[in-house]
Amino acid sequence: MEMLEPISGFWGLAASALKVLGVFTAVMVVVAYTTLAERKISAWIQDRSGPNRVGPWGMLQPIADGIKNFLKEETMPGTANRFYFVLGPMLAIIPALMTFAVIPFAAPLPTPWGVVDMIVADIPIGVLYVLALSSLGVYGLVISGWASNNKYAFLGSLRASAQMVSYEVALGLSLVPVLMLVGNVTLTQVVAQQQQLDFWFAFPLSLGFILFLISAFAETNRLPFDMPEAESELVTGYHTEYSSMKFSMFFIAEYGHMVTASALMATLFFGGWDLPGTWDDAFWWEGMLISGFDAAGAPIMANPAWWKTVLTLGGFGAKVAFFLFFYIWVRWTLPRFRYDQVMTLGWKVMLPVSLAYVMIVAGTILVLDTIGVSYGFTFGLVLTAVSGVCTAGLLFFLDRDRVIKGASVPTRHDRPVRMPVVEVPLSGD
Amino acid sequence: MAVQVKVVRRPEPGSTSYLRAALKGMALTFKHLVNPTSVTLKYPEEQPELSPRWRGTHRMEVHADGRPKCVACGLCPTVCPANCIRLVGGEDDQGNRYPIVYEIDEFRCIFCGMCQEVCPVEAIHVGRHFENGEYTRERFVYDLDRLMEQDHPTTLLWDPSDPRSE
Repeated sequence: MEMLEPISGFWGLAASALKVLGVFTAVMVVVAYTTLAERKISAWIQDRSGPNRVGPWGMLQPIADGIKNFLKEETMPGTANRFYFVLGPMLAIIPALMTFAVIPFAAPLPTPWGVVDMIVADIPIGVLYVLALSSLGVYGLVISGWASNNKYAFLGSLRASAQMVSYEVALGLSLVPVLMLVGNVTLTQVVAQQQQLDFWFAFPLSLGFILFLISAFAETNRLPFDMPEAESELVTGYHTEYSSMKFSMFFIAEYGHMVTASALMATLFFGGWDLPGTWDDAFWWEGMLISGFDAAGAPIMANPAWWKTVLTLGGFGAKVAFFLFFYIWVRWTLPRFRYDQVMTLGWKVMLPVSLAYVMIVAGTILVLDTIGVSYGFTFGLVLTAVSGVCTAGLLFFLDRDRVIKGASVPTRHDRPVRMPVVEVPLSGD
Repeated sequence: MAVQVKVVRRPEPGSTSYLRAALKGMALTFKHLVNPTSVTLKYPEEQPELSPRWRGTHRMEVHADGRPKCVACGLCPTVCPANCIRLVGGEDDQGNRYPIVYEIDEFRCIFCGMCQEVCPVEAIHVGRHFENGEYTRERFVYDLDRLMEQDHPTTLLWDPSDPRSE
């Protein structure tokens, strides 16, 4: 039997280097093909064909776009602040690509030199690192909008900062229930605890998932929350003045955020790389790779295999792909919020609801612990029921103008008026 | 006379469910996504079906011996509303009139088809053809040789007794 010990020494460094390279390449490729998917899916939704000139079914379109962006003229507005204008795109793209480092993407891989964790950096502050970097993303937007010295770019970056600050609160608070269940902030532990609970957290923490989903849409500036870009109002918002590769960097950053947010949703609420069943469960416990505990509380050794790694990698990819699709699907369905509606939703709904939900989950966990329900299926079932009631209640109260007012205005008509003929006197009539 | 104005009523506050509306929208877009209505003509691969009365690039009919049918009567430059036809007529030994210069500026032309209508010998035609792109502006002035080289189908004239070309 192979050694079930973490890989270390020279081979450990080699594995780390390979993982860094592999993850970076994978994220960039996924980003490139998400842009193609965006254009294709939007085309199909609107009964068009989408890009189909470059390569079979337009599959080489992202490469053509990349070459085009490299060759385009680089413009520098005369009144822009040169230093910050160049700094902006860098600050946007770096956090977008760095976040993926702490996301586990497959089951541990056994090698002759030890077990390789399928995560670039299993740092003990996982979730906090993600939150910190997602907050850093806004600096690129704000700096580039300010440095452009353009009123539309400036308005876009103002909106970006206001929106990011508003929704960061709800984003962080919607994660607190997850962290309370896991008892840790490491993302590998988040996956392991979902395996132990026999539930993906999307079920026992359904409201948390919905809050996280909405906040993530706002954090990634995607429709219906794309106030910083808002083409119809602000040209393209903060990156109005950018061209060529600098614009491309904002583009990559936006889609990189999308990929990261999708991976986070998959990891935090849909079991990460976990597939249904216990056959693939594996996590480190006191230096041993175990798949869980038996009834007596003794650890059961895990049985990693390369095909399990491949299968779980596929499962993780499918989950991320689903969320990316969901992002695109929502974008081409829902219209943009009005700015005051974004703020109302953020401060008057998301913040109090997520706070209350933290209390409810904490109370439920406390009660369950007190009456001695152990962490497992029953535990998850009770939480699912509680969260289900909360979700239904929230959706009921959010709907039909009960909390957020739409654009509708009161009318004095009591019954519907169908095509009345209005006499408009014309001159010479 | 009155102008008809359609008044679209906004929904009463609280009378519509945003959640239901959003879900309905998602369902609608998904339906189109998996089963798109194909309305795109994939142009270079698929050609559009041109109407029999489509008026496009001109062509000059030729006799069996290769001479143009044009008799240089001067009716087409006269009737042309865009003044895009340049015709210099000549006469051979037998007294037959023929065009020495016959040029049509396809940029000036408005493709009204009056040259074809007015032609007494059915020599000049507008054609059921539109792919006449060129790299220089000069190339859009078609001379007699070029007009005679064109081999696309010609346009059916509008017949008042058969207004729909049936």
